Amino acid sequence: MAANALMDFDKALELYEPVLGFEVHVELNTETKMFSGAGNPAHEKNHGAAPNTLVAPVDMGLPGSLPVVNETAVRYSISLGLALGCSIAPSSRFARKNYFYPDLGKNYQISQYDEPIAFEGHVEIELEDGTVFDVPIERAHMEEDAGKLTHMGGATGRIQGAEYSLVDYNRAGVPLVEIVTKPIFGAEERAPELAAAYVRAIRDIVIGLGISEARMERGNLRCDANVSLRPRGQEKLGTRTETKNVNSMRSVERAVRYEIQRQAAILAAGGTITQETRHWHEDTGRTSPGRPKSDADDYRYFPEPDLLPVAPSVELIEQLRSALPEPPAARRRRLKADWGFADIDFQGVVNAGLLSEVEATVAAGASPASARKWWMSEISRLANAQGVEPSSLIAPASVAELQKLVEAGTLTDKLARQVLEGMIAGEGTPQQIVDARGLAVVSDDGALIAAIDEALAAQPDVLEKIRDGKVQAAGAVIGAVMKAMRGQADAARVRELVLERAAQ
Amino acid sequence: MRVSEITPELVRHLGMLARIRLSDEEVDRLTGQLSVIVDNIAKVSEVVTPDVAATSHPIPLQNVFRADEVGTMLTVEQVLQNAPDAADSRFKVTAILGEEQ
Amino acid sequence: MSEIIRLSAADLAAKLAAGEVSSMEATQAHLDRIAAVDGDVHAFLHVSDTALQAAADIDRRRAAGESLGELAGVPLAVKDVLVTTDMPSTSGSKILEGYMSPYDATVVARSRAAGLIPLGKTNMDEFAMGSSTEHSAYGPTRNPWDLDRIPGGSGGGSAAAVAAFEAPLALGSDTGGSIRQPAHVTGTVGMKPTYGGVSRYGAIALASSLDQVGPVSRTVLDSALLHDVIGGHDPNDATSLTDRWPSFAAAAREGASGQVLKGLKVGVIRELPDSGFQAGVSASFRAALATMEAQGAEIVEISAPHFEYGVAAYYLILPAEASSNLAKFDSVRFGLRVDVPGGTVEDVMAATRDAGFGDEVKRRVILGTYALSAGYYDAYYGSAQKVRTLIQRDFDTAFAQVDVIATPSAPTTAFRLGEKIDDPLQMYLNDVTTIPVNLAGVPGISIPSGLAAEDGLPVGIQFIAPAREDARLYRVGAAVEALLLDEWGEPLLAKAPVLGGAR
Ligand SMILES: [Mg+2]
Ligand SMILES: [Zn+2]
Repeated sequence: MAANALMDFDKALELYEPVLGFEVHVELNTETKMFSGAGNPAHEKNHGAAPNTLVAPVDMGLPGSLPVVNETAVRYSISLGLALGCSIAPSSRFARKNYFYPDLGKNYQISQYDEPIAFEGHVEIELEDGTVFDVPIERAHMEEDAGKLTHMGGATGRIQGAEYSLVDYNRAGVPLVEIVTKPIFGAEERAPELAAAYVRAIRDIVIGLGISEARMERGNLRCDANVSLRPRGQEKLGTRTETKNVNSMRSVERAVRYEIQRQAAILAAGGTITQETRHWHEDTGRTSPGRPKSDADDYRYFPEPDLLPVAPSVELIEQLRSALPEPPAARRRRLKADWGFADIDFQGVVNAGLLSEVEATVAAGASPASARKWWMSEISRLANAQGVEPSSLIAPASVAELQKLVEAGTLTDKLARQVLEGMIAGEGTPQQIVDARGLAVVSDDGALIAAIDEALAAQPDVLEKIRDGKVQAAGAVIGAVMKAMRGQADAARVRELVLERAAQ
Repeated sequence: MRVSEITPELVRHLGMLARIRLSDEEVDRLTGQLSVIVDNIAKVSEVVTPDVAATSHPIPLQNVFRADEVGTMLTVEQVLQNAPDAADSRFKVTAILGEEQ
Repeated sequence: MSEIIRLSAADLAAKLAAGEVSSMEATQAHLDRIAAVDGDVHAFLHVSDTALQAAADIDRRRAAGESLGELAGVPLAVKDVLVTTDMPSTSGSKILEGYMSPYDATVVARSRAAGLIPLGKTNMDEFAMGSSTEHSAYGPTRNPWDLDRIPGGSGGGSAAAVAAFEAPLALGSDTGGSIRQPAHVTGTVGMKPTYGGVSRYGAIALASSLDQVGPVSRTVLDSALLHDVIGGHDPNDATSLTDRWPSFAAAAREGASGQVLKGLKVGVIRELPDSGFQAGVSASFRAALATMEAQGAEIVEISAPHFEYGVAAYYLILPAEASSNLAKFDSVRFGLRVDVPGGTVEDVMAATRDAGFGDEVKRRVILGTYALSAGYYDAYYGSAQKVRTLIQRDFDTAFAQVDVIATPSAPTTAFRLGEKIDDPLQMYLNDVTTIPVNLAGVPGISIPSGLAAEDGLPVGIQFIAPAREDARLYRVGAAVEALLLDEWGEPLLAKAPVLGGAR
């Protein structure tokens, strides 16, 4: 059997029940790190910081250094736990997870082990057709991120074949919340869809809380997807794989689908699944085996002796609970009513994961319909072509600004699309791009009338037809004028002028 | 009470976990010494009962936090001050075999 | 020998304040002494080349009328476990040879701010693992009372420096007795404060839940003065207590002059047998108790049934925490790197740690890795943490009956270099009386109680108080010190052999 043999997805579902599980890491956007006063690279102030410029002694494990817990990170974690419907532990504590790796300054990660801050929750996930699926949450715990390794000298920049690696500790110590689900049963053929919807739900929650930028392409939100299959009718769970490095919602969906098909092919051929971590490859759409689980995964957890228990008061928990934003489902109901979209249009926005973007664009002054149109069509098309999230291309405020120019008649829709491309290419503000590219609508009636006269001269029967009531005949003239103006005219205005002319 | 027999294989495995390359001679010596030591310290499990709480910190405290305010950071020069090898403002290490955890 | 180096820190400070001696003179006198005797004693791993500058600065500030701390201008030896920006910090290990810290340990920063003059870094067992300073990667320190004998450990360098008059004061760290046991074998004073009383920030961690930094000196008052400088809350150490501490110097002065022993209830632990203790150690201990009783102290026998499990619990908790704390020494960011041609970073790490760590460190790291590994945690580390609870309960019960507990500071006087180096278990048993104090987090002080009749070597008596009652130890310690001084007619160290030039 070929290593990458896949079973048809529907066939796989006939034979096996997929069981899912997710570990999502969320980087919090606090000003400083989890255990030090160094600036947090996941905070907008520090984007693009040069290597090793956001480092305090404890982040790189300097001798004698000690961690101290960031209070805001704890509050954010409690809020997130509450938003996930979790109970907040009256007392939780940190533990050391011991393993050697060059991106880990201390060669242990401060995490939480047997006493996480939040446990036993659930998240409501809306699928594409609007049905609601309840995902059970096992726990959410606080921990620190590791530094960043860059592999050099290899053919692909990957770890395999690299000659050496460079280590930057800016990211070391960034506050993380790791959200772990319980096994998820019953997703069936919608397992891939559920996977993407789950990650989207987490993203919506943390954005709603304002505790993370949640940009997957920047690693603010990272998903490990666990997949196992069990033959229909079997009680015992199958062996699971853990797919890492899935950094878009679309990839999460594809990776889960791929693993179901891959595992089904192996099982059907009488093979066994190896418990291992697997890596998702965006380019090939496949997963490949990583490190097999072994007794080297003996992390020797023990309570972190440098830190004390976190025991939030009931008052604090209730204060944070009362400050929670409205839950995503309620928010969706409200936005749908506010915007007056048809069911299908609204669900389209939800399914595309663009609710927050449209909302922010409307908040910045655009009409709901125009905001929806921008995000759902042109921006989504460009994002798809580049294989990135639409939100990574442009800020909602810029979209609103662009729309204002359209509504002011400065740009036609077609010109506005060109300006959008310019904005995404980083050419500046809409106005700067209009100026630089010379894209403004020709609003000088004199120039338009001249062009109309020229077109009418070429098609002398048109005026007659219009006067006879065949108004659609104007189209030929309008087309010729638009062509002469190289598209930079407002077609509606041209039409007005042609009709005026016919009425004379 | 002997909870576990210390064997050369176990010592070698512990050396791997602790990232210390032990020579055969070291493994043998440590196996002998650790056996004696473990025999003498294993008695801790005799005296404790399930109802006794574990003490992680001798003076119980809780909720010790730091305000989320930027403090002193190291300069890149300080970060790299003791680096055995560095390039491009980063630490340089030779090829990595294993993967991230 | 210059008279300056014989002065206590308090007396030197008084002369500095009165302008009778300059800090330059005092610092030079100690540098001269180091030059004369440290070839024999080897208390220092590094001698500062900026000490005289710092002293000149204090003299200038004093001359300018600035108000300075009581110890301003007094030289200070710093245990090499504490990181310093102006001198290498190695923790006695080859793996950190030449390491320069970009920041000062809090206790060092506070000492500098108080005007103390760091003279150099003192020798220690590698990463503070040991009771003899023989496990230093840079060679052993020798006991000024007998150069063939150990100065105790891990802080043998700090104790020997003070005992050899190379410094009036030193900073130490105590995880299981590393301040008090060296004090015992060198005839000096050493105090382990309440856990959290002194910041651990910048102390290269051995076992985080046991480590405590403290003062080393020749008199109780001097330790109290230094404790006043280094103690108090530090936001950089989450385990640091926010308590407002009384003046320990005031407590020591009150103890030396007052009647604190009258009615003082002193607990003696029934389970600590006389057997296993050297006869001269027991005798000195009993004699000191008798002296206290004569002044109105009441000796009360108390029970501490779980102390016998202390050493076992300690040798699980310490290696476990140490195995994790020492993982950072991996050749990536600082310290030694051993090249492995064609090797991966894993190979380089493993070869570096093999070459850079000494035998004792490897032994404990492997032991700690074992104690924490899957399947053994509950039986070992988990049980050891429970023993801690039982020992704390023993202390609670005892302190309901007595004001302080007294023990010999260690079972024997200074043993010979090499005598126990190949018998780790025997070495570990050295700390039987000091370890429970660290496990419970309570304060303990060792002061000289006399000389053992059979070998003429110093013996210390340890006093233990409830957590946060450090001042009580200075009060009692100073009272006993004053009584014994009256008996002896001169400080114990006056009986030590003359070093250096006289030989
Ligand atoms: Mg995980
Ligand atoms: Zn994690």
